[in-house]
Amino acid sequence: MIDSALIQKLREIVGTGNVLTSKVNLVTYGYDATADVPQGRPDVIVMPTTAEQVQQVVNLARRNGVAIYSRGAGTNLSGGTIPVEKGIVLSLQKMNKIVEVDAENLTAVVQPGVIIQELNNAAAKHGLMYPPDPGTVTTATMGGSVAENSGGLRGLKYGVTKHYVMGMEVVLANGDRVRFGGKTVKNVTAYDFSNLFVGSEGTLGIIVEITCKLLPAPKYRRAMLATYKSVSDAGNTVSAIIKAQVIPATLEILDNMTIRTVEDFAHVGLPVEAEALLLIEVDGMAEEVVAREAEAVVRCVNENHGNLRVANSDAERDALWAARRAALPALASLNNTVVLEDATVPRSHITDMLLELRAIATKYKLTMGTFGHAGDGNLHPTILADKNNKDEMDRVHHAVDEIFAAALRFGGTLSGEHGIGIAKMKYLGNEIGETGLDLMRTLKNALDPAHMFNPGKLVPFPKKEEAEVSHAR
Amino acid sequence: MPAESVARPQLAYDELQAIQKELDKCMHCGGCMAVCPVYATNKTEADVARGKIAVAGAVLEGSLKLDDPEVVDMLFNCLVCKSCMQSCPTKVDFGRIMLALRAAIVREKGLPWLKKAIFSTLKHPELFDRGMKLGAALSGIAFRKVGENGIAPRSPFAFVGKAVDFDENRWLPALAPVPLRDRQPELVKIEKPVARAAFFTGCSMNYFYPETGEDLIQVLKENRVEVAIPKKQACCGIPVFVHGDLETIRELGRRNLDAMEATGAEYLITGCGSCGGAWQHEYKEIFATDPEYAKKAEYWAARTYDISAFLLDVIHYRKPTGKVEAVVTYHDSCHLKKTMKVSREPREILKDVPGVTYKEMANADACCGSGGSYVLTHFGTATDIAERKVNSVKDTGADTVATGCPACMMQIFDNLHRFGGEQKVRHYISILAESYRNEQSS
Repeated sequence: MIDSALIQKLREIVGTGNVLTSKVNLVTYGYDATADVPQGRPDVIVMPTTAEQVQQVVNLARRNGVAIYSRGAGTNLSGGTIPVEKGIVLSLQKMNKIVEVDAENLTAVVQPGVIIQELNNAAAKHGLMYPPDPGTVTTATMGGSVAENSGGLRGLKYGVTKHYVMGMEVVLANGDRVRFGGKTVKNVTAYDFSNLFVGSEGTLGIIVEITCKLLPAPKYRRAMLATYKSVSDAGNTVSAIIKAQVIPATLEILDNMTIRTVEDFAHVGLPVEAEALLLIEVDGMAEEVVAREAEAVVRCVNENHGNLRVANSDAERDALWAARRAALPALASLNNTVVLEDATVPRSHITDMLLELRAIATKYKLTMGTFGHAGDGNLHPTILADKNNKDEMDRVHHAVDEIFAAALRFGGTLSGEHGIGIAKMKYLGNEIGETGLDLMRTLKNALDPAHMFNPGKLVPFPKKEEAEVSHAR
Repeated sequence: MPAESVARPQLAYDELQAIQKELDKCMHCGGCMAVCPVYATNKTEADVARGKIAVAGAVLEGSLKLDDPEVVDMLFNCLVCKSCMQSCPTKVDFGRIMLALRAAIVREKGLPWLKKAIFSTLKHPELFDRGMKLGAALSGIAFRKVGENGIAPRSPFAFVGKAVDFDENRWLPALAPVPLRDRQPELVKIEKPVARAAFFTGCSMNYFYPETGEDLIQVLKENRVEVAIPKKQACCGIPVFVHGDLETIRELGRRNLDAMEATGAEYLITGCGSCGGAWQHEYKEIFATDPEYAKKAEYWAARTYDISAFLLDVIHYRKPTGKVEAVVTYHDSCHLKKTMKVSREPREILKDVPGVTYKEMANADACCGSGGSYVLTHFGTATDIAERKVNSVKDTGADTVATGCPACMMQIFDNLHRFGGEQKVRHYISILAESYRNEQSS
């Protein structure tokens, strides 16, 4: 339980200014960027500045049976940081130093509160980049994006966060600090703990330092935009590009609803009758190679009846990207609630999934636009609804159920990049089965037996067992 | 039925519930965190627009009280720089939310006595005027001269001032012994003028930087524009409006609109983003339901230009030929860029001046930390914000930092010395004026 004595101890650990208890502060740490999920009210917000302080806070919380919700910038889309059971919100935003950028080893060491863009700015001074590129790159923290295993717009060619984490330091539930991995390209020492903690959503431990991989930034790029009269032509273009052995850095799709809304909102000159739009960008270190890849893309688009625009300057590239950038804002402007999903299918099923999504929207009479990372099969069906209309919100929930069922039917997954959090926890068993859930629980119980870290997220526990656990505390 | 009771559109400034729709637009993505200067310093959710919107929501639904001291403190820990509005994907009008909440506090509780004491003088420009002149006369006693035309509090005043962060390290421009509007006739005539413009000087230019105001007038004369400078103009009202004082800004606005109407000018020129913003936007909003002044506000909103936009886009100004040897960088004033949408024009003018080497600074449109009176009420945060600005200035290697807002000039001037910058601070119009002057000497 949190009382004034415990608050006082927290102040002694991190300093008075780094413990927030005012009503205003409690309200502002009760949410994240997820729509249509319950909000919470923590008892206290603690902002440590060192790993030692994190250890002391963890020890104090464990002894007092208090939950800890670690938090970066709170930009996730699965309710992952919401303090559902009261307790301590542990904001790591003040641990925000870039410890080093090592251009010789192509690595960087950062504290969890470093903003992704800041790392990119530091890397850019050496001609390097940190490729994971979520939409929140200018606000999200490294700790948060590692804990959520964020994806983004460059996933097809460059992969996602987990491909760039080489090692870390973590504070465990028993208060120990443990380091694993490091700067070496190869490392098979011990279990691959980095990959266990990447995407663990704050449920297994608290990441206090990250060693990550950097890449030389590509010197040349070419952006193209193709519009289509049919969804299957767009889908076939995606397959054709991959078959032509071109891996674009970006291969994004917008459906007709999104195209119409974007054009209405931003007037960027899109044909509103187009059924689908692809934004394609190839990049690389050699001008000639990039030009050849662009030619191959042009061929694929033409063969599949696409109408092509090619950017010949940075200004023209910005104009093409404007459509994709406006997708979410434009859709969001239609109503007060934006339910943004990230169900993902194998690339080859992208057309099937788009048609299925349209059928679901029609069936439940919902406003839904779909855009996303076609090259990754990672779509963002986006439902716009009125949170004050109970009937409509019920239909939204039914539609979301069907979206996940469809993704799994096509051999896909519940979440490509947003995580499970609280928003998708009830669907988890549908994908990984009872044995998968057991494995999740076994790991959780082994590392965090009192369920102190981010309780009520990612790992579903039956009610009865949950009661036992809280008793065991 | 009396005419007043005819239903008019509800103004968020008069009725708080009217902001609910604006709050609903926020999808709490947190994009505002990327640009909020207060958040960059303190790193807490209550600093940033998303957090303040959540608190506003809690106030409207009744779980928090608007007059709770914690809520009031949070509401005033915002520079209203409007940076968040530039990057907001769903275009939430956060400025309106913030000011509507502040106006509601004032409606419920009245202006705190301190603010009342400060701002009541503004309602009587003559009194305010006398106070400022007195201040100028006294400044020689209370302040010692530092740097080029700067003053710092003198001991023992510095000692007293320390308690409110107003210590001997604080550099302010000296108050002018004779304010701008007292130095100039009400109509600066010109032979065969191409246009007549009214110059709304604003308080800072009138009392602190009259030479800048004279430079602006000189530039207009060089371009054969007749300049009306009505003595009846008052403060634009933004400094009181940001403290929720709707009544006073309406009073000042009426006075200003009437004063400008009497000039018969075709254009209204400002050299300050906050003043110009008031004329382009705020007057229209606060008078939207006013049967008499709504029209006047609309009329002048469409005719208000920052001097740079007027020179470039309206009269296609005469390019200067006099040399000004300087390496210049430009700071975007928040209200000039984010409210008046002027950022290209001052840069073009600077680049047109022979001898000027232009260097763009990193994050040129990041707030300098002034926020009008924010720097007085939140000195620590404001200074931290200013340090980032000074570092950007220093990194360019420029010897001069130009900007288009007197309040930014004050803040940057104060903090350059604090953080080891040697640059001169000038309004961009003064560099153009100097170039015109140098034509005659060459």
